[in-house]
Amino acid sequence: MNGSQALWKALQEQGVKHSFGLTGGSVIPLFDEYFKDNCGIRHIPVRHEQGAAHAADGYARASGKPGVCIATSGPGATNLVTGIMTAFMDSSPIVALGGQVPTSLIGNDAFQESDMIGITFPITKHNYQVRSPNRVRAIVQKAFNLASSGRPGPVYIDLPKDALAGKVEKEESLESMNGKKNQTAGFEELKKAAELLLNAERPVLLIGGGVILANASKEAEELALKYNIPVTTTLMGKSAFPETHPLSLGMLGMHGRKAANYAMVNSDVVFAVGCRFNDRITGKLQTFLQNATLIHTDVDAAEINKNVKSQLSLRGDAKQVLKEVLKIAEKITARKSNEWSEKMKKLAKECECNINLSSNPIDPRKVIFEINKAIKEEDIVTTGVGQHQMFAAHFLKRTKPRTFISSGGAGTMGFGFPAAIGAKLAKPESEVLNIDGDGSFGMVVQELGTCKAESIKVTPVIFNNSYLGMVRQWIELFYEKRYSAVCLGASPDFAKLAEAYCVKGITVERHSEIQPALQQALKNDETTVLNVLIAQESNIVPMFAAGTSINEMFGDCVPKGYFNGD
Amino acid sequence: MKCLETACLKDISTAIRMSEEKRKHIVGMLVKDEPGVLAKISGLFTRRGFNIDTIVVGKTNLKGISHIVISLQGDERTIEQLDKQVAKLEDVVKLADFKEEESIVREHCLLKINSAESIQKLEKACKKHNASILHTNHKFAIVELVEEPEKIDAFVQEMAAFGIKELSRSGINALKKE
Repeated sequence: MNGSQALWKALQEQGVKHSFGLTGGSVIPLFDEYFKDNCGIRHIPVRHEQGAAHAADGYARASGKPGVCIATSGPGATNLVTGIMTAFMDSSPIVALGGQVPTSLIGNDAFQESDMIGITFPITKHNYQVRSPNRVRAIVQKAFNLASSGRPGPVYIDLPKDALAGKVEKEESLESMNGKKNQTAGFEELKKAAELLLNAERPVLLIGGGVILANASKEAEELALKYNIPVTTTLMGKSAFPETHPLSLGMLGMHGRKAANYAMVNSDVVFAVGCRFNDRITGKLQTFLQNATLIHTDVDAAEINKNVKSQLSLRGDAKQVLKEVLKIAEKITARKSNEWSEKMKKLAKECECNINLSSNPIDPRKVIFEINKAIKEEDIVTTGVGQHQMFAAHFLKRTKPRTFISSGGAGTMGFGFPAAIGAKLAKPESEVLNIDGDGSFGMVVQELGTCKAESIKVTPVIFNNSYLGMVRQWIELFYEKRYSAVCLGASPDFAKLAEAYCVKGITVERHSEIQPALQQALKNDETTVLNVLIAQESNIVPMFAAGTSINEMFGDCVPKGYFNGD
Repeated sequence: MKCLETACLKDISTAIRMSEEKRKHIVGMLVKDEPGVLAKISGLFTRRGFNIDTIVVGKTNLKGISHIVISLQGDERTIEQLDKQVAKLEDVVKLADFKEEESIVREHCLLKINSAESIQKLEKACKKHNASILHTNHKFAIVELVEEPEKIDAFVQEMAAFGIKELSRSGINALKKE
């Protein structure tokens, strides 16, 4: 057995069913062995390595299992970097494999050599260089364990060509992997948390991506429903709590719902689970949660008190902590008043503005409205980054965890389409929609070739305004409309472009055409690109400006004094 | 409940209010002796904006395990973050906070001193600080001192009167008394 065979076997051992990647000089031995025996793994050749990393990420987010991507040495591996960083920022478990020049050439500036250990260190949980075929299996095992345990994240494995081609002589023994357990908060702390929450007059449950990662949606929902606690989610937490429920306030933060931000401003106890208080959530830190007691749960101790100081911290896996809190809560008499939850339900309802707008050119909210009608609960929506992403985050209703996949922390344009490909392979029975912008989609458009060649059906819905819309909005609001380097000018005809890739494309110019086009795309058994021409200069509001307080939200729908209690 | 809550709140918030004053922090870590481990640790410090004052790396009695001692100045928040971020690194096996009263803290210092004037005077000064003269010639002497960093500071200050040609300090090393 050689290193390459050992690698495929090790991946199989880890339960890998799919990998995404692009071959090249250093990994020829690897794919040569795949040709002979694929170990039950379907490898998807992509058109650009960034697509492979995002696809692995989308796969991981949809399935909860680590995604795998493979690239050759040098530029192949560096092309993975944006995708690895994206996964790192959103704690998504991927195992990235990169070829490397033979160990004898490392450090000699050999052809297609790059120091991937150095480059990927800041954006991975850990990385390994496999310097001997004997170590392949043990390192793969460690990498998968590390990627998916604790706070999940990417792990990079550097594979010098000789480690792939060389013979496995004395395989390194495997470590027992049941060692590392997540630390969970003690009984006293959990009890205190339950007491604070149940006795609060104005409690809020703030759900972050950690709840989805820990598969704790059920527990979070139970807590909220049982004790009548209004729920808001971060972008990463979206879909963890059914957004059709009256207690759902939707997303909070810069582009969140005013009701969600109202709750943050006026709450007396905030129970934050698996979120890390990014600046897009908190706004100006000095004024954030001034009046509330914060109970913060995170599996990563470093997140506690990093951005916002909590009055009570519960370290641990979200599912474990929520289960414990629920158990303890049983024995506590909860507050009786429904005043706050009723008020929040009312405010949340006010945020359900009429987005069934019949105007031409098309209002972007109308597209979301039609998508809401067209898709089922278990269908998956991925997004690119920009205005379309925030329109989706704000207005789209998701009810099942892992059905909304978006690049939050990194804000990586081009994420949505390849992530959709990955998600589709993870959940073949679900329809996968990619809500995207013309700028974002344009960065990864070549993966249409992957869809065609591999018969993968996803549905990109492009919000086409020929602008980098979010930047344009900021320039309009904060830079007196000096539209510098932000207009894309002549965007390609994406429908025709789809046809050039031998998949389908439909251009939508009028609001009445959106639903029929969506239905057609969902009915088609191959990838269909919807090129939706939207109003060029529409803004996503309400919002607050970077560095201001969350009660400084502006937009037509925010009445004066909205955040001042009554 | 309300007043109870307020009371307990006040209680907790006093406890968690962190000092913004900078203090010296010495952190020790046992790390796996893997290639690039030093780069990983120093890289983490740079990336998170922690300024390292000194760093010492060496072998231990444990096979495949090295000891790294890092000293720096930081406020409470910085130090808390630093410890937590370092603890997350896969190569870090164990972390220790070398609080002054609980630890033996030492630094090694070599100085090249202008000795043309008076070797006797230099010898006297060295004796006072328990420093050794390792080498002399007609122009200069090389002296050595192993001491607590502050005492080295004082010694260096005194040596300045003779004229320091070169100076090399090892950085802070430490072990816990317990």
